[in-house]
Amino acid sequence: MIEVLPRNIFRFLVIVLIQVLVLNNVQLSGYINPYFYVLFILLLPFETPAWLLLLLGFGLGFTIDLFMYTYGLHAASTVLMAFMRPHVLNYFAPHDGYEPGTFPGIFYYSTGWFIKYAAILIFIHHLSLFYLEVFRLSDFFHTLFRVVMSSMITIILVVLSQFVMFRK
Amino acid sequence: MWNLLRFLIRYHIAFLFVAMEVLALALFFSHNVFQRASFLNFTDAIAGSYNNNLGNLRLYFRLAEDNRQLAEENSRLRNQLEMAYRSEEVVFYSVADSIRGQSYSYTSARVINNSVNKQRNFLTLDKGSIDGIKTEDGVITPQGIVGVVYRVSPHFSTVLSLLNIDFRLSAKLKKNDYFGSLYWDGTDYRRAILTEIPHHVQVHRGDTIITSGYSAIFPEGITIGTVDDVSQKGGDFLEIRVLLTTEFKHITHVDVVTNLRRIERENTENPFYGD
Repeated sequence: MIEVLPRNIFRFLVIVLIQVLVLNNVQLSGYINPYFYVLFILLLPFETPAWLLLLLGFGLGFTIDLFMYTYGLHAASTVLMAFMRPHVLNYFAPHDGYEPGTFPGIFYYSTGWFIKYAAILIFIHHLSLFYLEVFRLSDFFHTLFRVVMSSMITIILVVLSQFVMFRK
Repeated sequence: MWNLLRFLIRYHIAFLFVAMEVLALALFFSHNVFQRASFLNFTDAIAGSYNNNLGNLRLYFRLAEDNRQLAEENSRLRNQLEMAYRSEEVVFYSVADSIRGQSYSYTSARVINNSVNKQRNFLTLDKGSIDGIKTEDGVITPQGIVGVVYRVSPHFSTVLSLLNIDFRLSAKLKKNDYFGSLYWDGTDYRRAILTEIPHHVQVHRGDTIITSGYSAIFPEGITIGTVDDVSQKGGDFLEIRVLLTTEFKHITHVDVVTNLRRIERENTENPFYGD
């Protein structure tokens, strides 16, 4: 259990580096931006208290903001996502509850379960992020299209990454 | 009192959530009003050096392409040189006026940060007020225009990119001088939109769009792009889609244009000046 802390610090660093060094410089077909860094919040252990989730969400979002010069934008969306995480987990809980000492990953639970869980949280995150960034409703459907496309790319990246790293 | 405390403890997660959101949104909006207002002082230490290093790395991989562009520009400038001398002579001899001189000066700068994938894009340059750069100076490349200097610190400046939904520019058709307003609609980083051209004007695909010189920022006649598509959207005006000549994903070096007579011109245009 004691290895939980260093393991998550390592994850935080790796995920932020991937987002900042690689994905922020990648642009798929014009204006689709994957925000892979939300994986860190998705993979936190089940026992993480809700207040800590919120603080970590703010810290993670603000770190990304620092590199993108968008103070508060990613922080606001990531805090919202961290707030929703326990509710989504409750909704998808198996009959006998979650195994203590595990985290919500494909290795412990099925791929289908993980996609449902990740998709809802990623969509919440991207929805708030893109609308806050544009901050007008005049291009409502154009923004919605960007939200849906970017969410899909992020979900694919997050699910694929589960087969490569952070399995256990 | 006790009830209040119990209430707070019971809903402490919700309160913490609201507090964090208020903090994040307050940060977001206070920085959004001035766009990048205080970013230079805040992140120089970490993000500044990171962007600078990454910028250097990118620069290295683009050396070949840059050399080619510089060589191209050299030859073009050499061609212009003779013409420039001749026209200067004419001016000098016909108007014996020692004060008459440059009205625009150019400073070259390196791009150390750039984006094209947001709705409000900015660039960062490695030159600042020490190098003579002022806010509202124009920024161009040999290919076309890039944006307008938005904020200046001693060693850096940020540029409001043409790819910013808040950007407006006065532009005209090169062949007949009809002018209109150019803006970016936030979709395609290679295309902008030119409006306010009356619909009786004949516009064809491939026509060149240049700066009008009506604003005091850019000199007249700098290439912006070519007409890609023309449509009539109600009203009396055409909506022209312009294919930009500037490759926004490949900018490494730019020229900052300072209008040496901007203040004089703006004062003259201001009806209340000198009253």
